[in-house]
Amino acid sequence: MRVLMCPPTHFRIAYEINAWMDRRRQPDSRLAQLQWDRLVVTLRSLGARIELIQPNPRQPDMVFTANAGLIRGQRFIPSNFRYQERRGERRYFVRYFHQRGYQVTPISPGSSFEGEGDVLPYRDLLFAGFRQRSDIRSHQGLGQLLPQRVISLELVDPKFYHLDTCFLPLDSRSVLFYPGAFDRYGQRAIREFVANPIPVTREEALRFVCNGVVLRKTILMNQPSRRLIQLLKQLSYRVQDTPTSEFLKAGGSCKCLVLTLSKPPSSI
Amino acid sequence: MKNVSERIRVEGHIIDSLTLSKVLDRIMELGGQFVIEKVQVGQRQEETSSAVLKVSAETQVVLDGIIRRLRDLGAEVLDQGDARLARAPKDGVFPERFYATTNLETWVRGQGRWIKVDHAEMDCGIRVDLRRRLAEAVRFAAVKRGEWFVIGHQGVKVTPLQRPRETEVFEFMTSEASTEKPKIALIHKIAREIKRIRAGRRGKILLVAGPAVVHAGAREDLAWLIAHGYVDVLFAGNALATHDLEAAMFGTSLGLSLKSGGITHGGHEHHLRAINRVRGVGSIQKAIQKGWIRDGICYSLVKHKVPFVLAGSIRDDGPLPETITDVMKAQEVMRRHLPGVQLALLLATTLHAVATGNLLPGSVRTVCVDMNPSSVVKLNDRGTLQSVGFVTDVGYFLRELRRALALGT
Repeated sequence: MRVLMCPPTHFRIAYEINAWMDRRRQPDSRLAQLQWDRLVVTLRSLGARIELIQPNPRQPDMVFTANAGLIRGQRFIPSNFRYQERRGERRYFVRYFHQRGYQVTPISPGSSFEGEGDVLPYRDLLFAGFRQRSDIRSHQGLGQLLPQRVISLELVDPKFYHLDTCFLPLDSRSVLFYPGAFDRYGQRAIREFVANPIPVTREEALRFVCNGVVLRKTILMNQPSRRLIQLLKQLSYRVQDTPTSEFLKAGGSCKCLVLTLSKPPSSI
Repeated sequence: MKNVSERIRVEGHIIDSLTLSKVLDRIMELGGQFVIEKVQVGQRQEETSSAVLKVSAETQVVLDGIIRRLRDLGAEVLDQGDARLARAPKDGVFPERFYATTNLETWVRGQGRWIKVDHAEMDCGIRVDLRRRLAEAVRFAAVKRGEWFVIGHQGVKVTPLQRPRETEVFEFMTSEASTEKPKIALIHKIAREIKRIRAGRRGKILLVAGPAVVHAGAREDLAWLIAHGYVDVLFAGNALATHDLEAAMFGTSLGLSLKSGGITHGGHEHHLRAINRVRGVGSIQKAIQKGWIRDGICYSLVKHKVPFVLAGSIRDDGPLPETITDVMKAQEVMRRHLPGVQLALLLATTLHAVATGNLLPGSVRTVCVDMNPSSVVKLNDRGTLQSVGFVTDVGYFLRELRRALALGT
């Protein structure tokens, strides 16, 4: 597995664009760096190859590389950020991928799209979240661009503003998800396509357990509950507690810090 | 189908995502209806599907709410085409083929969006300012050379009036004039409607009256209505005020004693003397301050600070200082009093009632009272569902209305 990450050198709460951010609750920079370093070490120890993009002092949220765009094969589909505050990130990511020979394919100008934050592959499908950040029209563009079905899921709780905050595909059968983040249509669509949908509680979801990173049979997540560890153990997963308290202050955890460059294990 | 509609298209994996079901459910939940005009289902799994729907609702406001919600779900409004515009060739002249307004709520499409036309008034043109997203009904006199006006019917829609739900009086007695109707029960219902508007502070009550109110001996009843806050603004002509002042000063109406009905000596000159006195002091208010006028309609209007507009006509004597003799100016002043009017009582005056009717939006409820059936019919022919006509004596009407209001029906 190859992933793109960005060091948290300039990470801070410079603005408030989601229900988590509060400029009065700044992250502890040293602790944030420590947590990020530990995530890198853990990923490497599990065999992941990590590439880095240079942080930019004017873009404190660049650390959340999952929102940079979506990689499908050699194609990079850059995000159209909903909020002005993050739009400046785009040119750095576009330049980065362009220089490395990726084909940069923008979609749906005029509709917002926040990359892997809102689009997650599961088997031959793409589950895609909308309303909080991405616009459903970007899913139409995605459906036309990629030879895949795009299942659009409306996100109804502002605390779970990206799909990757409440939906975590584990393998070709199982998905961890927080039902309260979806309306009844979304919940029905998930149950329709996922053989084993595993609901998490609100308490678990608020600790961003769905914002985990899956590497074969290991799942990295922030503060998993005992219940969840047991439950996932029955599916022969090992859960690795990976604290991300400082990033949670900005509404992100493990998964947000990582952009998948190769195909994730679930689609192999 | 309901009154206003739009065609929309939804596209994508709308069947697997249940987006189409959600769109249809939302339309129903928000009070709309739909007809599915076309559905194209992707042949292969990864192919997208699309559906074209006609969505309709009772009112433009409801429809807009639905469309806004559907846009969040990816629906795209299929372009109906913007309204076509042309410039006014001269001051006071509309472009050829200008769209002539009705008194109904009207919307104009400009740059793909619907803009509500301000000041719904019949027999106007629609002036459009696309930059500021404004559309306004404008009459001849206000047209300025070079302004943009809607021509033709494309991109214009009109919301038909709804029958009012809460006021059954307007529901079962609409747009018919008859001498046969059970008047007393209706008068009580109108009294209730007046009280409802008063209680809710929901809007204004406009009263338009002709001089027959004085001749019919209903002067005190109308003064009572004004004094008790049941009239927010009064429109009349020179004659109503003149006869009211004559009655206040001389106890006569066109020389006839209002008490005995007999001819009084020199009575035919009374109204001229009344006008002359008021002209002498400069205004009705000053005449009241002099102590010459101690009761009646004008007295009540001034005392309770109820605004009134006296519009002049070609046969006026005098006229009184308050009478506006430039009819275009009179229209303008009347128009300024209209915002907020919910109920208009048009009593025994064809001239002023028709003039007011032309200025009123169709949504204002009107009650028309006249001895002459043709007057009532003329008023009710304005295409509104919300008017009640009474062919009866205005004296009787006002007396009963006062009684009903005093009783607290």
